[in-house]
Amino acid sequence: MDTAATRPASHAVTYPRFVWRAAKLATDGPWFFYAWMTLLTALCLVGLHSWATQVRDGMQVTGMSDHVSWGLYIANFTFMVGLAAGGVMMVIPAYLYHDDEMHEVVILGELLAIASIVMCLGFVMVDLGRPDRFWHLIPGVGRFNWPISMLTWDVIVLNGYLLLNLHITGYLLYKRFRGERPDKVWYLPFVYLSIAWAISIHTVTAFLYCGLGGRPFWNTALLAPRFLASAFVSGPAFIIIAMLIVRRVGGISISDAPIRTLTGIMRVTILISLLMVVSEVFTEFYTGGSHIASAQYLYFGLHGHNALVPWVWTSIGMMVVSAGLLMTPRVYNNKGMLIAACVLAFVGVWIEKGMGLIIPAFVPSTLHELIEYAPSLTEWKVTVGVWALGLLVLTVALRVAIPILTDQETVALTHGRRV
Amino acid sequence: MSAPKKMSLPVLGEVDRRTAFKAAGATLGAAAFAKAMAPVVEWASHETSASEFLQKHFKELRPDELATVMSRLEDEARDEYGADVTIADYRPQKGVKFGYALNLSICIGCRKCAEACHKENNHDRVSGNSYIRVLEMDKGSLDLESGNAAYDHPVPQPDKFYMPVQCQQCERPPCVNVCPVEATWKEDDGVVVVDYNWCIGCRYCEAACPYHARRFNWTKPEVPAQEVNPNQGYLSNRIRPQGVVEKCTYCLHRTRTGRLPACLEACPTGARVFGNLLDPNSEISYVLRTKRVYVLKEELGTRPQFFYFFDT
Repeated sequence: MDTAATRPASHAVTYPRFVWRAAKLATDGPWFFYAWMTLLTALCLVGLHSWATQVRDGMQVTGMSDHVSWGLYIANFTFMVGLAAGGVMMVIPAYLYHDDEMHEVVILGELLAIASIVMCLGFVMVDLGRPDRFWHLIPGVGRFNWPISMLTWDVIVLNGYLLLNLHITGYLLYKRFRGERPDKVWYLPFVYLSIAWAISIHTVTAFLYCGLGGRPFWNTALLAPRFLASAFVSGPAFIIIAMLIVRRVGGISISDAPIRTLTGIMRVTILISLLMVVSEVFTEFYTGGSHIASAQYLYFGLHGHNALVPWVWTSIGMMVVSAGLLMTPRVYNNKGMLIAACVLAFVGVWIEKGMGLIIPAFVPSTLHELIEYAPSLTEWKVTVGVWALGLLVLTVALRVAIPILTDQETVALTHGRRV
Repeated sequence: MSAPKKMSLPVLGEVDRRTAFKAAGATLGAAAFAKAMAPVVEWASHETSASEFLQKHFKELRPDELATVMSRLEDEARDEYGADVTIADYRPQKGVKFGYALNLSICIGCRKCAEACHKENNHDRVSGNSYIRVLEMDKGSLDLESGNAAYDHPVPQPDKFYMPVQCQQCERPPCVNVCPVEATWKEDDGVVVVDYNWCIGCRYCEAACPYHARRFNWTKPEVPAQEVNPNQGYLSNRIRPQGVVEKCTYCLHRTRTGRLPACLEACPTGARVFGNLLDPNSEISYVLRTKRVYVLKEELGTRPQFFYFFDT
């Protein structure tokens, strides 16, 4: 693209046109785009209605109690923070190691980060007993208990990460739309900042839990590193699958190189992840004592209560099989094998970071009462709704980004046709 | 490319078929959205108000604003519970720091304290909520793991002892630190309170508390009009809204006016000792000076102001 010869129109003209074309693209596409969007919208509405009912009738409609006061929502929130952070595994090769082929598609990772953060905020919102008072959390408007409350740090880093990625992707797409080369000053510092920021969102989220002395299951220095390691499994796994789908239906050519790079990253991170599980399990069970009650409950059941045992072993099984598949050299050439490894790793981390991390900290309770938790139908519906919202955001983002990236949409077009 | 198929529609006029479908879809979507959100609208119109939505944090309310808020809450208690109540803001007394001690040698596990708490603090009748949980413990162990709060048999059992647990009013309360919106804080007399009209219901404090002292209002509390305790404190036993966290306040609406906590008055064995830690002549000071005293989970560094002791 070189339009330096013709002077570009002013931003006052091209920016509204950019927004207009984006809105147009977001609501236009082939039949399967409509079908997919309709499905997601319907699921969103189901979730919305369940959440609205929860607001009206109180959180008694969930499976949570004073003993297990966080459940499926916070479990998914934790997982989503990891997914958002995982996108950085594309940004690092692209910008720090100047991997040109990764650079071509790095925007997919950034768009995934945006969608994941939207889901994070959604899961926090649906977990609030009084969502009408969310404004108490806005710095300067409400009363922000910063810096002592880790939750205020999370509000800052999550929203900051959202803004960073919105800026980076928005700026790059807009420049491309105008047919200009992006000015490094306007995005490169933000990209480098976003790399550190991605690490911070997951570290802060781990600190949210591991800083609590009253919950021995969380109170371990391994929590933040373990969060990061598993995030760098689930993030790349999701992006690989997304790239394979987009390559097939999205009308953009993605070479095998970025997929190979991400597969290579997963080979390392999944092993680190598993090593940390082993380290955690050894420390708990070799030491023994009453502080391992939660781990006992999670892995083997405690006094006849074992709701999480099938979950956690499913997760470990999936992770181990996925690691085995990833270690096989053929995984680089065999797409079916790669997809299987990614799906297994993704679901495995979802269980481990979700139910496997949040629930056992509450079982047994701080007074050692054994009250179990199972999500209610309402919680499942709301959770599906938030996932659908995130996929909706991701689909729209990709729908807008791809034609612009492939130069099918530029400012030189009027009414969708080339002048 | 084939020419787009045209349709004639009201308002929009002559449009192609795709636009018509989009318009129909958007209309349907908007209607479904309104329908899905209907419960929230219903809740907002009955259970909250603009003045409640905009209400400031307790510490930012001027005295006249607080008076208006309390009279609004009194009206709500009349409208929704059919009870005439008086809500007041009881302030800490100068030179007073509350301490509570419990004699494990004579507690018989009758749960009269938990029941008194239930009534005094206008707890939800359906869930039978109380700020006190009584653990039945094996003699020979202070490990909470040997405790059982769900016992249902005559007490006391010969091989057991009983340990009621409620808010420890920690000197270094983890629950206060974690609150993202400063909806909970420690007052000058040592009581940790919650502004029920500021709490956002995130339940981080419930996760942070090592003593299971906090409760969440999973639903709107149900209390029959004749059972409502009309003597209410803004920061203590007024009927809580749905979706917020609550906790033991050492009955500050009583204790800040020189009375004793309801759980102490209900105790048939005199196992409970309450008073001013700053007064060397108080009974609580005497207990701390002369008995073998311990606190729960001392290793966590929370420095509870609730003490357990043995005297046999």
